[in-house]
Amino acid sequence: MSTEHHIKLPEGSIEKTTTTLNLGPTHPATHGVFQNILELDGERIVSAEQTVGYIHRAFEKLAERRPLYQITTLTDRLNYCSSPINNMGWHLTCEKLLGVKTPKRVDYLRVIIMELSRISDHLICNSVVGVDSGAFTGFLYVMQYRELIYEIYEEVCGSRLTTNMGRIGGFERNFTNVAWEKLERFMAEYPAVLKEFEHLFNRNRIFMERTIGAGPISAERALNYGFTGPNLRAAGVDYDVRVHTPYSSYEDFEFDIPVGSTGDCYDRFLVRNGEMWQSLRIIEQAYRKIQDMKGAEADVYHADAPEYYLPEKKDVYTKMEALIWHFKIVMGETEIPPGEVYQAVEGGNGELGFYLISDGGRTPYRLHFRRPCFIYYQAYSELTKGAMLSDAIIVMSSLNLIAGEMDA
Amino acid sequence: MVVPNGGGPLYMALTNETIKDRLVAKFGEQLSHFEEPYGLLTFEVPKELNLKVMQFLFDDEELHFQFLTDLTAVHYPDQVGRELAVVYHLHNLTDNIRLRFKVFTSIEQPDIFTATQLYSAANWMERETYDFFGINFVGHPNLKRILNVDEMEYFPMRKEFPLEDQTRIDKDDAMFGRGGHIQ
Repeated sequence: MSTEHHIKLPEGSIEKTTTTLNLGPTHPATHGVFQNILELDGERIVSAEQTVGYIHRAFEKLAERRPLYQITTLTDRLNYCSSPINNMGWHLTCEKLLGVKTPKRVDYLRVIIMELSRISDHLICNSVVGVDSGAFTGFLYVMQYRELIYEIYEEVCGSRLTTNMGRIGGFERNFTNVAWEKLERFMAEYPAVLKEFEHLFNRNRIFMERTIGAGPISAERALNYGFTGPNLRAAGVDYDVRVHTPYSSYEDFEFDIPVGSTGDCYDRFLVRNGEMWQSLRIIEQAYRKIQDMKGAEADVYHADAPEYYLPEKKDVYTKMEALIWHFKIVMGETEIPPGEVYQAVEGGNGELGFYLISDGGRTPYRLHFRRPCFIYYQAYSELTKGAMLSDAIIVMSSLNLIAGEMDA
Repeated sequence: MVVPNGGGPLYMALTNETIKDRLVAKFGEQLSHFEEPYGLLTFEVPKELNLKVMQFLFDDEELHFQFLTDLTAVHYPDQVGRELAVVYHLHNLTDNIRLRFKVFTSIEQPDIFTATQLYSAANWMERETYDFFGINFVGHPNLKRILNVDEMEYFPMRKEFPLEDQTRIDKDDAMFGRGGHIQ
């Protein structure tokens, strides 16, 4: 319920009264279940009030009753456009707490998967910005490459959207040849597609008119609002968790941080496009690094940490040790050290943080997700104040609001 | 415009020791429990000082902790008089260093000063914390529930609300490594 019922019309308005418009919770243009109560002066927005929580699923509470390896499935459902990043972030958090050191190859495999998900995340966001400004073609055009990314996920872990990928210490199985072939195909074909996508939008007059100056934010305000990720970088701040607090061996890669200047929809769009190019660069480097590995190192896909790494199922059925460890892990017989960990990863939307408190029990004592979406969505009313109604939609899609991440 | 990645962690001019020294020089004995779990400087602030400490960390020309990364709470039902802890994660983006501090409060009077004057980001984070733990952020402009329904009458993340029916005897919390039921 809106608390501000009697909003004064701005000076010079020709309207007699403001109009209240309920945008959402199930409006097709909101791309997710959240509500905005807009007060309109004609077509200009006087104020916007956001309501979130429609798909709150109490993940933090649920996590207090689940052993570490069962929480991965909860993280899938945060930002479901890039679930593997969330999964890897969670594994990294556990590994930090447990002191598990992963081999380089695992790190690089993770980097490949995380950058693929970043591409699929940005791809959806940017093409949906296109859809909301009236250009459907781009969205349909890139969809088959998101499909290809999902096929790679499928080869690696068996599922597509809510991936539940990997385990504490590495991956559940090695990448198959089909996965590598698909990755090679992606690396070969995707640059041309992204280029074409950029041709469709970057200098498109209609698109530029719609996005330039829509929902701008200054660097100072963005920082004060806790913006991270592409939305912060679009405002001109070169903060990237991958560079500032490297995890999963990101320090081994050469890449740039694209930044914008005005923080409007157009800059956010360009930053995301730029990041996709950088992600491709990272994937290529990681691919080459893995191809160059020789000997035993070239086959390893998990850390040597039997007390935490759930063994492969076929080993459980055939090997004594694997069966024992499987049993111990599932029954909660392995030692979880008490401690307090904050681990952040650069998610599709920004700094995705996991704050984990362990009291030595089998389950976390407390787990808190720092969800970038939730934090920057509160700036929405400031971003849209005085803008047109149609801008409200495009600002929402260019912020890449994911209801799952917002509501946890 | 692109900013090159030099590789490796960026500029760490400020160290945990420097931060600690500056804080102790300013606030003396009032700050306690300095620790560094996994390299992250952590300390405890008395609840009437939380805003002063935050303001100092924000304004000080050397510290520059001007980014609020995270704000949440933890419930410790066994610590009488200090059952609830509000946990702040701050980040100094200039020197790229983080810190964490905690403010403990009793569950009977969970009043903590709001950080919304300093950080706009704190608005929803505090609403979320209020929603789940019932921390009353004094001075917050709009302290109401955010993720749960407005009609809810309790604070669900507190430990007295177990996830499962605690009258069941076939499932014991001992299975979760803690022994016995949480009362």
